[in-house]
Amino acid sequence: MSLEQPNAIEVRDAVKRYGDFTALKTISLSIKDNEFFTLLGPSGCGKTTLLRMIAGFEDVSEGAIFLYGEEIEGLPPHKRPVNTVFQNYALFPHKTVLDNVAFGLQMRGNSKSDSRKRAGEMLELVQLSQFAGRKPAQLSGGQQQRVALARALAPQPKVLLLDEPLSALDLKLRKAMQLELKHLQRETGITFIFVTHDQEEALTMSDRIAVMSSGELQQLGDARDIYERPRNMFVADFIGETNLLDVSVDRIESGQAICHLGGGHALTCPSVEEVAAGSKVHLSVRPERLFLTATQDDGNALKATVRENIFVGTDITTLVDLADGPEIIIRTSNSERGNQRIFDPGTPVYVNMEHGAARLLVD
Amino acid sequence: MTRQRYDIKSYPGFLQITLLCLFVLYAPLIVVAVYSLNASASIAVWEGFSFRWYVDVFTGPESAKFKTAARNSFVIAIIAASVATAIATLAATAMVRGGKFRLRAWSFGLISLPLMVPEIVTAVATLIFFNSIGFDRGLLTILLAHIAFCIPFAYLPISARMQGIEDSYEQAAQDLYATKRQAFTKILLPLMLPGIISGFLLAFIISLDDFIITNFVKGAGVETLPTAIFGAVKQGIKPNIMAISTMLLGFSVLMVLISYLVSRTDKTS
Amino acid sequence: MAGGATSGGNAVTDTYKEARNWLLLPAWGTLGIMVLAPVLLMLVYSFLTKEFRGGVIWEFSLAAYDQFFFDRGLFGDDPAKIEWTYIAIFWRSIWQAGAATVLSLLIGFPTAYFIATRPEKQRVIWVFLITIPYWVNLLIRTVSMRFLLRDEGPLNSFLMTTGLVDSPIHMINTNFAVQVGLFYSYLPFMVLPIYAAVERYNFTLSEAAADLYANKWITLRHIVLPAVKPGVVAGCILVFVPSLGSFLAPDLLGGAKNFMIGSLIEEQFKGNAGNWPFGAAASMILLTMVLIILVIYARAQARSDKEAG
Repeated sequence: MSLEQPNAIEVRDAVKRYGDFTALKTISLSIKDNEFFTLLGPSGCGKTTLLRMIAGFEDVSEGAIFLYGEEIEGLPPHKRPVNTVFQNYALFPHKTVLDNVAFGLQMRGNSKSDSRKRAGEMLELVQLSQFAGRKPAQLSGGQQQRVALARALAPQPKVLLLDEPLSALDLKLRKAMQLELKHLQRETGITFIFVTHDQEEALTMSDRIAVMSSGELQQLGDARDIYERPRNMFVADFIGETNLLDVSVDRIESGQAICHLGGGHALTCPSVEEVAAGSKVHLSVRPERLFLTATQDDGNALKATVRENIFVGTDITTLVDLADGPEIIIRTSNSERGNQRIFDPGTPVYVNMEHGAARLLVD
Repeated sequence: MTRQRYDIKSYPGFLQITLLCLFVLYAPLIVVAVYSLNASASIAVWEGFSFRWYVDVFTGPESAKFKTAARNSFVIAIIAASVATAIATLAATAMVRGGKFRLRAWSFGLISLPLMVPEIVTAVATLIFFNSIGFDRGLLTILLAHIAFCIPFAYLPISARMQGIEDSYEQAAQDLYATKRQAFTKILLPLMLPGIISGFLLAFIISLDDFIITNFVKGAGVETLPTAIFGAVKQGIKPNIMAISTMLLGFSVLMVLISYLVSRTDKTS
Repeated sequence: MAGGATSGGNAVTDTYKEARNWLLLPAWGTLGIMVLAPVLLMLVYSFLTKEFRGGVIWEFSLAAYDQFFFDRGLFGDDPAKIEWTYIAIFWRSIWQAGAATVLSLLIGFPTAYFIATRPEKQRVIWVFLITIPYWVNLLIRTVSMRFLLRDEGPLNSFLMTTGLVDSPIHMINTNFAVQVGLFYSYLPFMVLPIYAAVERYNFTLSEAAADLYANKWITLRHIVLPAVKPGVVAGCILVFVPSLGSFLAPDLLGGAKNFMIGSLIEEQFKGNAGNWPFGAAASMILLTMVLIILVIYARAQARSDKEAG
């Protein structure tokens, strides 16, 4: 191995097959030490399978997984220094909260009293000391969640795996737990691998995100990267809300693609490598990076008619119809109301894009 | 006057039929329990309240016979239910936690065989079997037969319970450094306990109740409570039989109560 | 896939994959030796020659089945005619078991439905009340029924004191007594599966039917009943099958005239009049009937499972 600090987890060409079905198609990725790493994707994308392969509950059909430079394939789960926070928490219903947290320590050979003492400290960390003697069923969902966290952290694993741990909580609690998890990760310095299908959750918490779909890695990067520079249609569509327009590329001039879309609208946007003149590609642009004007101030502005304004609390969503073209969604912050960017339905308007907001996608 | 709400769920007469149903189920038992307290030696007339037939069961001329039969019954039921429960627990672990395998359906068929084959057929088959291998009929033959037919009765509640326990508990245990054996003994088995107790109690009652198979495989002169009662009833129903029946009835109700309490504590935990 | 391997219910997981054969071995051994092998041996016995005073001679013979189905006259050399004695006993058994099943269904369905529509806390108590008799010794229950139904028994004396009848109704040793006995023996088996089905039934469907102008009885017939049919069928089988081969109820309540299969078989293995191959053959015929019913049921079940997706 090289001299630098090895990666916490290194997945090398890992494949997972169940009979004829391939759940993971040759995935390679490295997760750095002390990183909050998220596997994001819709259900069935293989993210949980990958997590369970790291935990040791699924074997690897092909390829290898390394934990701090050492191959772990073949080691049973109880010999891997990684712990899991299960989706349904899997708190042992017949043991008290304290004994749940002490379980891993005891299995590692610590005495009962030492384990309990340490477990007590862990409960303090998650502010549940007063519930030590209760059974899990007597706790609320959020409390159970924290017990599960304390239990998995107690044996000080090298990597903590979290399998959609917040999915059972209501919105407010989920938001609070997101921050708490992030803090815990900073405090403990343990590498977290977090699995979720909730893109907002992923964007909020992660240092880096791996977007997965149908057993393949679609894009890997930090939150900004993935949101602002989606690599393909899937990522653009899955992360946040976007307008996806079919466009034809007329020509490429000094890094700018000059395109047109249905109805003869022309526009110019930054090109990307794979795009060639004459090809039909997609254009992705986030609704919040569009704005309406009454007059055409910019050659890139598209002529349209306002169809409907929908009030959604912090924002106003406006649907406009491009002349002879598709529908476009525009999101305007409510604080912009005074800036004359909201028009009544039926008003002819121009749709403008912020500079660099449009992104071309080949597939 | 209030108007009655139109309740889509309720049908006229169903309550009455339910009460009739309970009446039919309980009337014979209650009548026997009441008549067991009859002072008269004749079962036809009521001569006042007395415990004399209960005393008679323990001290009367037939007491030795009934005591032996009762001892046989309980010893056989305890051993048969224990062995059947152990076998069923192991089998349920393999069936519920052993993955998909070809022999799974066959194993399930074999385990449920005693439930599918009519009891009288099992009785005949077992008799033929012991006879053909020259096994002398006695307590041991009864015990072996009971172990076999108790297995499915122990198996059903145990496997039902195990199916209700998500395997993520055992995975969590292994994730927390428990070996497979530790995950079984420290996590799965304690969680299984209510199912195992129910299975044991059911097997115990089934063994204690059995008449047909026991009647075929018991040796001459060997009696369990049901065969002894049956033999006595053939001579006519006597008050002491009603006293024994009432005691057994009380014992059964006690067992149901225990089983009910076990399943209830389970829900609160 | 997410959670596919961890979800509860009847998911098959493979935690004990390596050990499963060892874990199953005791069950295979016990049931293989004590149930499967004996049943196969019984099949063999049914094709052997009878020995007087019980037992068999190891010589192949079709005599047992021949005796069951054909009458060849006193010396066995008349032209074969159908022998109706045993077929009649089987037919009576089927009839009795069927009557007991219908009786159980008529009483059991409303009971199960009523219980399942109680508030949740009451339900437990009702189910408890239905199950207790099942835990009570079947022999004792049958004896109790015999005691109750006697000519000079409590039921008749009650009817006579209230003046409903002048002389005792003769119930014991009749077909009716056997049907009541079977009904009484297996009623919980009818109630419990129907109860389970009704409990799962989505009553919004009944509301939808009522909303679309169906009256209650039409709703019951066309909406509720089809939905809970699997429970009803299971209940009928659980009552019919054990009734068919029952021994205690016909023996203690039916008397000699109302012989059923169970008694016919039992007689072949008791005392000196016994004919083991014939008893084995009768058992095989009973077993075959039961297995045919179970196979048809399993097929239908598999089909409806498939339809349900």
